[in-house]
Amino acid sequence: MLSKIVRTVANQLFLFILVFGLYVIAHGHLTPGGGFQGGAVIVSGVVMLLVAFNSKELKKSLPERLLSIMESTGALIFAALAFAGIGTAFFYNLLVGTPIFGKIPPTGPGSGDFWTGGLVPLMNFAVGLKVMAGLSAVVLAMALFASGEEVEE
Amino acid sequence: MRRVIGLVLWLVLVAFLVWGVLLIHPFGDPSPSDMDDYMIRHAQNETGNNNVVASVVFDYRGFDTLGEATILFTAVTGVLLLLRTLKHREESS
Amino acid sequence: MERVLLNFPFVAAALLVGISLYIIIFKRNLIKLIMGISMMASGVNLFLVALGYRAEGNAPIYTEVPAGRMVLPVPQALTLTSIVINVAVLALMLTMVIQIYRHTGSLDAEKSRRMKG
Repeated sequence: MLSKIVRTVANQLFLFILVFGLYVIAHGHLTPGGGFQGGAVIVSGVVMLLVAFNSKELKKSLPERLLSIMESTGALIFAALAFAGIGTAFFYNLLVGTPIFGKIPPTGPGSGDFWTGGLVPLMNFAVGLKVMAGLSAVVLAMALFASGEEVEE
Repeated sequence: MRRVIGLVLWLVLVAFLVWGVLLIHPFGDPSPSDMDDYMIRHAQNETGNNNVVASVVFDYRGFDTLGEATILFTAVTGVLLLLRTLKHREESS
Repeated sequence: MERVLLNFPFVAAALLVGISLYIIIFKRNLIKLIMGISMMASGVNLFLVALGYRAEGNAPIYTEVPAGRMVLPVPQALTLTSIVINVAVLALMLTMVIQIYRHTGSLDAEKSRRMKG
């Protein structure tokens, strides 16, 4: 566990990293980015918390059951969205034209609208959740194994 | 003696790689590809995204992304399975 | 000789793959082997992205980018998948090295070759 200044600054900085990572995930259909890149940004914030605090302290805030449920939910939502338009094709984008996410932007370069894209923003959220939970579970397991030989349930 | 033969063979392999790379099309002038031109022209009308790469990854070639998500899930399961220490075994049996 | 200057990004990717082949064949420490494999993956990703470049081209995005020609978007999508697969394989390789060190006690590739019964 590092000194008190490092712990306080890491606590405050994690919120900014979380907001930036969620921005990269949510605007995946307008700017460069998407699910995988935003998930990696949030995992780097979790690694910063792991360096500042002890790994045994972080295990109390992120139990393994919560991470496992988050990762499985992300994978199931992605598979369910793939099967949604099974009437026409396997990965059919059936929300284009409907008022939920379905505006069509004007052709040519211009500033983008958030409510476009069809099924792609929802798939971005599912993949971002999966990458976030999976990679932080791997990093936490390696740190716990190297520090104390604790039993993980 | 074996190291000298290994070094010579490695040099031959690297020379072959560099010579093979010099035979491809010059940098910045790829051969005309119809699939990419179709995707650039029609990605905004059919999918409604402004980002052509995201619509390629999640809409036109979404099956590859499904396989990649499966690989990520399998790797995380494998790592969490290999890093367990069995301490309960002496108490329960 | 001017062909080397014309195709210089491809030659750089080929040299990256060649140097990582030297590391994989001639070094005996297990951590150095893993670093060599990761470097080879970076070389292949660089080669994939450099294949789809059009001269005077812009990024393949329609938001706030000046109108003109665009680079090819399909090699960039393939590189995304390749990076994620390399991360998964790297995590599994590091876990196996941890287990080898715990059971054998040394990180030498020559000492853990035969199967012990």
